[in-house]
Amino acid sequence: MADFFFNTTLGAILLIVGQIFLVVIPLLVALAFLMYADRKIWASVQLRRGPNVVGVYGLLQSFADFGKYIVKEIVVPAGADRPVFFLAPMISLVMALVAWAVIPFNDGWVLSDINVAILFVFAVSSLEVYGVIMGGWASNSKYPFLGSLRSAAQMISYEVSIGLIIIGVIISTGSMNFSGIVAAQHGDFGLLNWYWLPHFPMLILFFISALAETNRPPFDLPEAESELVAGYQVEYSSTPFLLFMIGELVAVVLMCALISLMFFGGWLSPIPGLPHGIFWMIAKMGLVFFFFSLIKAITPRYRYDQLMRLGWKVFLPFSLFWVVFVAFAAKFEWFWGIYARWTLGG
Amino acid sequence: MSVFAFYLFAISVIAGGLFTVISRNPVHSVLWLILSFLSAAGLFVLLGAEFVAMLLVIVYVGAVAVLFLFVVMMLDVDFAELKAEMAKYMPLALLIGLVILMQFVMAFGVWEFNVGAEGLRTQVTDVAVTNTAALGLILYDDYFLLFQLAGLILLVAMIGAIVLTLRHRGDVKRQNVVAQMMRDPAKAMELKDVKPGQGL
Repeated sequence: MADFFFNTTLGAILLIVGQIFLVVIPLLVALAFLMYADRKIWASVQLRRGPNVVGVYGLLQSFADFGKYIVKEIVVPAGADRPVFFLAPMISLVMALVAWAVIPFNDGWVLSDINVAILFVFAVSSLEVYGVIMGGWASNSKYPFLGSLRSAAQMISYEVSIGLIIIGVIISTGSMNFSGIVAAQHGDFGLLNWYWLPHFPMLILFFISALAETNRPPFDLPEAESELVAGYQVEYSSTPFLLFMIGELVAVVLMCALISLMFFGGWLSPIPGLPHGIFWMIAKMGLVFFFFSLIKAITPRYRYDQLMRLGWKVFLPFSLFWVVFVAFAAKFEWFWGIYARWTLGG
Repeated sequence: MSVFAFYLFAISVIAGGLFTVISRNPVHSVLWLILSFLSAAGLFVLLGAEFVAMLLVIVYVGAVAVLFLFVVMMLDVDFAELKAEMAKYMPLALLIGLVILMQFVMAFGVWEFNVGAEGLRTQVTDVAVTNTAALGLILYDDYFLLFQLAGLILLVAMIGAIVLTLRHRGDVKRQNVVAQMMRDPAKAMELKDVKPGQGL
């Protein structure tokens, strides 16, 4: 049996498909509950109850929504570009899921342990913008088009600072592999060894850039309902809309995973002595997601020119400066060598 | 497995390029071009150049092609009309295409490859050095000044583009961000206690 899986082509393909399902299915199930958690947190901040009807405490709300979405009618606007119109939500979801191929959940628990893993995630998340642009353009309508143009400009602007922040982490680690990045954060002092401490300003910048990159409030200008109705999603209904929504949320969870891996030590235990494991990774992702939800509830929406100014005139110079600073600090081992983790056994 | 992947990517590069040229809709052309870029990145991965592949996706697909798409979507040009004029240049295009095709045929038909050289083609670097590190060593150790010079040329081009397009117009209202941030609630708002039945 083992021989079939490891030595024949068909067996290898089946093994890969099985591994992919092992990652994707728990992810999508978890997503249903994350969506519920998102709404509950949002509701508690505003002193509402949130979803509480379907299932115990409304726990099955997302599944009810799912059923509702897929049985509705798909409306295609007249004059829409049909192939591109349907391709857009698929790209949005697939690109968000593909990035999980290189995300490790525990030591060695990863689909594809490639050398340039962090660049792969960056590359794939830069492709997510196509779902939005194509959706907005193919709808052949003014609001979606404006929404997609805004979104494209926004995502490209904040990708620049995300890239520079990632470079800082790569310099500190000397590796672009996530296992290498987590290994570099391993040390005798538990959570004090993680990158959030030396790279603290970048943690904040990355979190805000991640909000902008995934079109979450307060940067949800592409779908600002007061100006653009719902941006690029206006003409979408039923399953295509569901795909957009899931794609967006998968991208958010991906950002949570990235923050946990890059700044909070992934699966490492915060307290020295406790065992490392996947539960730490999941707990950290959950915590970051909680902040994502909280931000959604407590911040007012940015104006578009403020968003662009923040991206280009504040984040870009600061993260560029930080890359230079980290490069010097790592080379000359300033601050007891905390920026040069490859010398500490990373 | 790897041969299968090679033909998959190779065919989709060629198909993407072909449809880029023959699509009637310019936005579709750009989308086919993106498919072409992505497949080329796949070919780089098969050659073992994963860093170059990722850069191709990040720079060309993630940034350059988005700008292409931007421009093409915004421009209101009748491409069908432009394409009609293309027929005039068809003989020239065919001639150039034929010359390039002949060159390829000669290069691969007449040229004799050394067996050792073919083996080297897939293994450009020392196995112990990852190709990201190898590229870094070449760019920053061996050709440091040339690399910086290339950066300087890009910087000049960028400044040139900004200077060419920058113009200060007096009739446009601008947001003064500093003034907006310096406002405080005490000056911006005035609270009035309005009695029922009375106006202000």
